[in-house]
Amino acid sequence: MAGAPANANVNLAGLVKNDYRGNPTTLCQGCGHNSISNQIISAMYELNVVPEKVIKFSGIGCSSKSPTYFLNRSFGFNSLHGRMPSIATGALFGDISLKGVGVSGDGDSASIGMGQFKHVMRRNVNMVYIVENNGVYGLTKGQFSATAEKGLSLKKQGANQYMPVDICMEALASNATFVARSFAGNPKQVKELLKAAMSHHGIAVLDIISPCVTFNNQENAYHSYAWGKDHEEPLHEISYIAPRSEIILEEEMKEGEVREVAMHDGSVVILKVLEKDYNPTDRFEALRVLAEAQQNNWLATGLIYIETGKPALTDIYNLVDTPLNRLEEPDLRPAPEMIDKINALMF
Amino acid sequence: MNKVVNDFSITVGTKNGSGSSTANNTLLRAIFKMGIPVSGKNLFPSNIQGLPTWYTIRVNKDGFIARREEQEVVVALNPDSFARDLASVAAGGAFFYADDIKQPITRADVAVYPMPVKQLVRSDPNVPADFRDLVGNMVYVGVLAQMIGIDLSTIEAALNFHFKGKQKPIDMNLNAVRAGAEWAKTNLEKKDVFFLEPMNKTDGLIMADGNTAAAIGSIFGGVQFAAWYPITPASSLAESLNDYLPTLRKREDGKHTYAVVQAEDELAAIGMAIGAGWSGLRSMTSTSGPGLSLMTEFTGLAYYTEVPVVVWDVQRIGPSTGLPTRTAQGDLSFVNFMGHGDTESIILLPGDVSECFEFGWKAFDVAERMQTPVFVLSDLDMGMNQWMSKPFAYPDTPMDRGKLLWEKDLEELKGNWARYLDKDGDGITYRTFPGNTHPMSSYFTRGTGHDENARYTEDSTVWLNMMDRLKKKHQTARKYVPAPVLHSTPGATVGIIGYGSTESAILEAMYQLETEQGIKADFLRVRALPFSDQVTEFVDKYDQVFVVEMNRDGQMNQILTIEYPQRAPYFRSVAYGDGMPASAKWVREGILAKYTVEEKA
Repeated sequence: MAGAPANANVNLAGLVKNDYRGNPTTLCQGCGHNSISNQIISAMYELNVVPEKVIKFSGIGCSSKSPTYFLNRSFGFNSLHGRMPSIATGALFGDISLKGVGVSGDGDSASIGMGQFKHVMRRNVNMVYIVENNGVYGLTKGQFSATAEKGLSLKKQGANQYMPVDICMEALASNATFVARSFAGNPKQVKELLKAAMSHHGIAVLDIISPCVTFNNQENAYHSYAWGKDHEEPLHEISYIAPRSEIILEEEMKEGEVREVAMHDGSVVILKVLEKDYNPTDRFEALRVLAEAQQNNWLATGLIYIETGKPALTDIYNLVDTPLNRLEEPDLRPAPEMIDKINALMF
Repeated sequence: MNKVVNDFSITVGTKNGSGSSTANNTLLRAIFKMGIPVSGKNLFPSNIQGLPTWYTIRVNKDGFIARREEQEVVVALNPDSFARDLASVAAGGAFFYADDIKQPITRADVAVYPMPVKQLVRSDPNVPADFRDLVGNMVYVGVLAQMIGIDLSTIEAALNFHFKGKQKPIDMNLNAVRAGAEWAKTNLEKKDVFFLEPMNKTDGLIMADGNTAAAIGSIFGGVQFAAWYPITPASSLAESLNDYLPTLRKREDGKHTYAVVQAEDELAAIGMAIGAGWSGLRSMTSTSGPGLSLMTEFTGLAYYTEVPVVVWDVQRIGPSTGLPTRTAQGDLSFVNFMGHGDTESIILLPGDVSECFEFGWKAFDVAERMQTPVFVLSDLDMGMNQWMSKPFAYPDTPMDRGKLLWEKDLEELKGNWARYLDKDGDGITYRTFPGNTHPMSSYFTRGTGHDENARYTEDSTVWLNMMDRLKKKHQTARKYVPAPVLHSTPGATVGIIGYGSTESAILEAMYQLETEQGIKADFLRVRALPFSDQVTEFVDKYDQVFVVEMNRDGQMNQILTIEYPQRAPYFRSVAYGDGMPASAKWVREGILAKYTVEEKA
């Protein structure tokens, strides 16, 4: 092992922040998605992630373009509209030491990809599943998405007639093991939740309200910056503590003021209690708090639900230690004598 | 009357779900064990229980085992199909029926044999009441054995196989067979001419269905990932993977080198398979027409992003839901052009069960070499019925993993490579897999327009070049796909092109055409698309090329016409699709209807 890095900007993976960047964004200036991409870059850098150990995934839409804008050294697969989950599910069998980071949108996940979204949850695929949620189709110029609130008026579209889909509730109903909601206007929380999600073993859903400055940023719109800033109700203040680092809290905490969640990789998520104590390991509470937020027009953010210790999909398959994609013919093709045995099994 | 030995057909009519498949398979296997060439086809309804179902067996000493329309021996166990079954017996044939069916016997030109099925089963105290119907089916096997001459030892061997050596069910069923045989010996007088006599023509052969063969072949091909969604008639292919993988890929450490996932639908099944293929696994899915329709958007992505994946299509007759339990070769045109935009597919066409095994492993070699989806088109008849077959042969070539770059390769190249750069001029580029730790290994796969470095671009020239290279790659594929099989006849004046499970019917039709009409034909069984050079040579040779296939529109004929427009006047489509396996009769009649006598100069 090398000694302490000479350059203070070099992280424990031996990389500087630039090593985590991607190509320049082609999304609109001020788009929430850009802010999220930046937080992904920071979180990965601070987590000392080796880019080659991450596979990026996406579907189709503005959100799904964003994997181009971070982690240039990671493999990536920009797949089909609503089909990111199945591509990720298969690809992550190639080498189970890799972590998936997927970016989808509300159209991609809550409309065309709802089926795959729910099944990737119940399979507990080992990936971070980010939904950049803006309530609107951007690339096709401003149609309602399935998360748009009823009554929302958009240019050329009139008023939305349908009830919205709640991404977090859908994830919970499908037995997701990590469910969080955040707001692109709260980058610090986005980053801490991203770190916690990266440390989670299994599926980690991040529903991030990410305003579309071009088509859906009116002050009264649920997915706008203004509305989010006015209505955000964080469930707690979240801090991520890396594995093996000493836990130092900025201020003295009394019992009942803080919750600690031990993560799979030895890291700890510290949840500072705000107005009410919230227990994110209670599924019933999680559903209740989501319903309560809907009723009261709150943007409830934070770690909504976490269940650690559940096997991820690939764990169930009892796979060899060598990555499957490095196995060669002797491991894969049965020996010649097996052909006689198999013929003998036929009539 | 002269005895007819080892050359007739038997059809058994029962109720679906009545447990008749054990009896039917036992009969088929016993005849196979006697050394007589035989085939058995289950003509079943899309239903769990109650509807009429038939099992048709053809024995033929010369080895022609295609389905025949004529049935000389008919067994009727189902009152609902009794009248129809009686009507189906060829004149001079034999009709066996369960004597609890009280319906008029309207035929004087057939030998009629009532069988006291219920009575015989009831009289055996060892058969529990709820097993009586199941075991009752064995009574007909016993009666038939006695009347047409099947050695009970071959029946015992068949039952022993079916029940995997479990003595109790073997005995229970064998007793019913014996009871039927003994009753027939005492009470029935042989009034028909149909007999079986032992031969040695099945020595060294096995019996298996194509789906099992495909699964085992895939395992010998090193399958690492399979995702699937249940559909008739393909389900048993994936289920066979689950049956045989644990044995064939057993390791000392008890760990697995493979994963099989049942997906939520065919969209996800192919998506997972493509994801796994992209990350470097030998990956496959298996489905039938309706599933294939759903897979279309994803296979287009795999074509354009150049991801290897093997897709088995066990064809059933369409369009739409069609007849889920009836066979066809109706997906060829669809698969050939599958996807929007300009796409071309590599298609393998196994012709029998041993080729299902062979293409099981070979398909991975072709897919990884060509970095594109490879479709293997089997059908319900081949996939689900038991066929006599050459034994499975161990792969005769090492695995071809295609053009890959791992860390040491990239070091040698000093990281200088591009995912879609045609370095070798054959249209096939190099790829890397996720998990490669070389900092230059990664690339970003996208279904949008991309350049040699996999970067997004809308540049028209780059687009054109990429599509031209894909075209070139498809041309290269001609060298890597299985060549056709030629059956030649000395002095042949016409050609026949066929593919898949119709081979036996075509060979029989050729024999009939030659002996009865004096028409001599060469027969080329095509085994892949794109066509290899042998196909080109064949179509250039004859003024009449009959293209035989089980569909309405003559899909292979259409593709040949596109590929060889200058030969279009000489192609004659012989296409027929009613859901039934091909028979020599319709092949022969179809050819005769289009045949023109050559004008003498």
